[in-house]
Amino acid sequence: MTESQTQIPVTVLTGYLGSGKTTLLNRILSENHGKRYAVIVNEFGEIGIDNELIVESDEEIYEMNNGCVCCTVRGDLIRVVEGLMRRPGRFDAIVVETTGLADPVPVAQTFFMDEDVRAKTKLDAVVALVDAKHLPLRLKDSREAEDQIAFADVVVLNKTDLVTAEELAAVEATIRAINPTAKIHRTTRAGVGLDQVLDRGAFDLSRALENDPHFLDGDHDHAHGDHDHVHDENCGHDHHDHGHASPIHDVTVQSVSLRGGEMDPKKFFPWIEKITQMEGPNILRLKGIIAIKDDPDRYVIQGVHMIMEGDHQRPWKDGEKHESRLVFIGRDLSTERLQRSFEACQA
Amino acid sequence: MPTVAPLDLDGHCVSAVFLDDVPHFAMADGTIHRLDHGHKWQEVHDGLLAATLDQPKTRLITGGEDGKVFSSAGDTSYLLAEAGRKWITSVASGPQGAIAYATGKTAFVRFGDGKVKEFQHPRSVEGLAFSPKGMRFGVARYNGATLHFPATDGKPVELEWAGAHTGITFSPDGNFLVTTMQENALHGWKLSDGKHMRMSGYPAKVKSLSWSAKGKWLASSGAQAAIVWPFSGKDGPMGKAPLELGTRGNAMVTAVACHPSQDVAAIGYDDGMVMAVRFADLKEVLLRRPGKGAITSMMWDREERRLVFGSETGDCGVVDIAG
Repeated sequence: MTESQTQIPVTVLTGYLGSGKTTLLNRILSENHGKRYAVIVNEFGEIGIDNELIVESDEEIYEMNNGCVCCTVRGDLIRVVEGLMRRPGRFDAIVVETTGLADPVPVAQTFFMDEDVRAKTKLDAVVALVDAKHLPLRLKDSREAEDQIAFADVVVLNKTDLVTAEELAAVEATIRAINPTAKIHRTTRAGVGLDQVLDRGAFDLSRALENDPHFLDGDHDHAHGDHDHVHDENCGHDHHDHGHASPIHDVTVQSVSLRGGEMDPKKFFPWIEKITQMEGPNILRLKGIIAIKDDPDRYVIQGVHMIMEGDHQRPWKDGEKHESRLVFIGRDLSTERLQRSFEACQA
Repeated sequence: MPTVAPLDLDGHCVSAVFLDDVPHFAMADGTIHRLDHGHKWQEVHDGLLAATLDQPKTRLITGGEDGKVFSSAGDTSYLLAEAGRKWITSVASGPQGAIAYATGKTAFVRFGDGKVKEFQHPRSVEGLAFSPKGMRFGVARYNGATLHFPATDGKPVELEWAGAHTGITFSPDGNFLVTTMQENALHGWKLSDGKHMRMSGYPAKVKSLSWSAKGKWLASSGAQAAIVWPFSGKDGPMGKAPLELGTRGNAMVTAVACHPSQDVAAIGYDDGMVMAVRFADLKEVLLRRPGKGAITSMMWDREERRLVFGSETGDCGVVDIAG
């Protein structure tokens, strides 16, 4: 179909009031990067730029009438995206700005669950702006702050000039504890390269793996500090206690990284289906590279709550270890049970 | 043999209609084109989102990205209302020159004398329609529909059904209210007693509805055939199976338009094909071969001889049934 060739990429910007979201948005709208963006905002409010492609829309969360509480979409986005896509020549990409308290999940799910939106657009990445100074406070008083980080592909850790080196290290360790796979950028005044937040292809697992071959390596490699999640300055993030505890309490999201050998497809696929059906409400994100027995290709999967997608990515390279890796980010997940049942799927 | 007079335009056709027997095409870019002794057009909106005929079927009421509502026909166009910077997402026309339009959670009624009345809702107004009887209009919303009586200060009537309702239509006799939903289904209410009607089983969202002559049937898109529900009984389609017209294995129906007097529907598909199908014997007549993109809108003329159609790729036209 030609549809897939013309799918417009969509970037979702989350972050609390004061995190620098508007600053970043104004940069996206005003900097000379040769691309045109349609921007969907909750309020025209502080955006100081007059642009016919800024659309105001009231956050409208619709629960799908299928008995599944986590199947939510943003009704307003369906309508606005449909309207925008009727005149597609005007812009190259769409940015969705969410309110500070917004739940990122319905936003993301809209791009998977609505057939019309899905045919014309593709989710590119979820970018969370985090205020280095106020994150600890935010995590105390709201679940949304945590969800936004847990759900992000890119975290812009902003206002780093307002905290000490120790505070910054603690905040970054907390972000890492909530989300071991996101790229973290330390910034002041939201000064991140726009190429680091736009057109990332984070939901295109094959591309995400190309950009960062280690992104599923989980806590093991982080501890060696040998991979390139991009920071503005050299960060010393090799001492945190990965995936389990954070130096700042009040964190309820956990990540579970699983490793195993080659999988028996007759066991693995029913298992992952069952896990996402039963644990769906607890799973915020799921990403994995699976080695299927007798399959020459790597199989990549990703999920949001109960929605899961998988595809063959590329042939295993000579000498590459046929290993399966799976990362769950969510709440109330039993590491032991997941690891045990995952291993039981091995060929 | 039916013949097609094509009109190739740029972009998505929101609405294709006859105004006083002149074919008009309202495009998403805000222009309204017409075939009136040649191809003519006028620029109306900066971005056109919604369109409907006024009740005498002589003018097109449109809402746009520019927050404006216009009434247009031929080369004239006048501003009916303005609602700031927000998009006008739906419009409807009522009796005595009244129109309704919506932006966000607010619906407005503009009466024939220019007076405007505002109706706030807790959730977004997704669709608007006037009842064929009296000064009454319905709003499709999350978890149901709301009926307002704008000429009085009476309390609105709330009709509840879980889920997101995106579009709305009254039966021509005013006895039934039907909504399209975010899920692949229609929902209906019998207005005299509030009885529910669930019409489901569609593989895709229903975006086009059309009542047949005298409201005996409701034709719908959203499947590989036009799904046509019987509404002649007192309980509407409850317990009855719909007709399936113009079934194709490799294409989806995207637009339907019932014939003004006979039990025949024009059916538009996602590949641009248009057929006419008779309800009684399912006899099919090809009106237009597949084109560049999905059919979005169709309407029959008063003489029941011509059908105007628009598509999402701009390849529009007029079919002369008799040729």
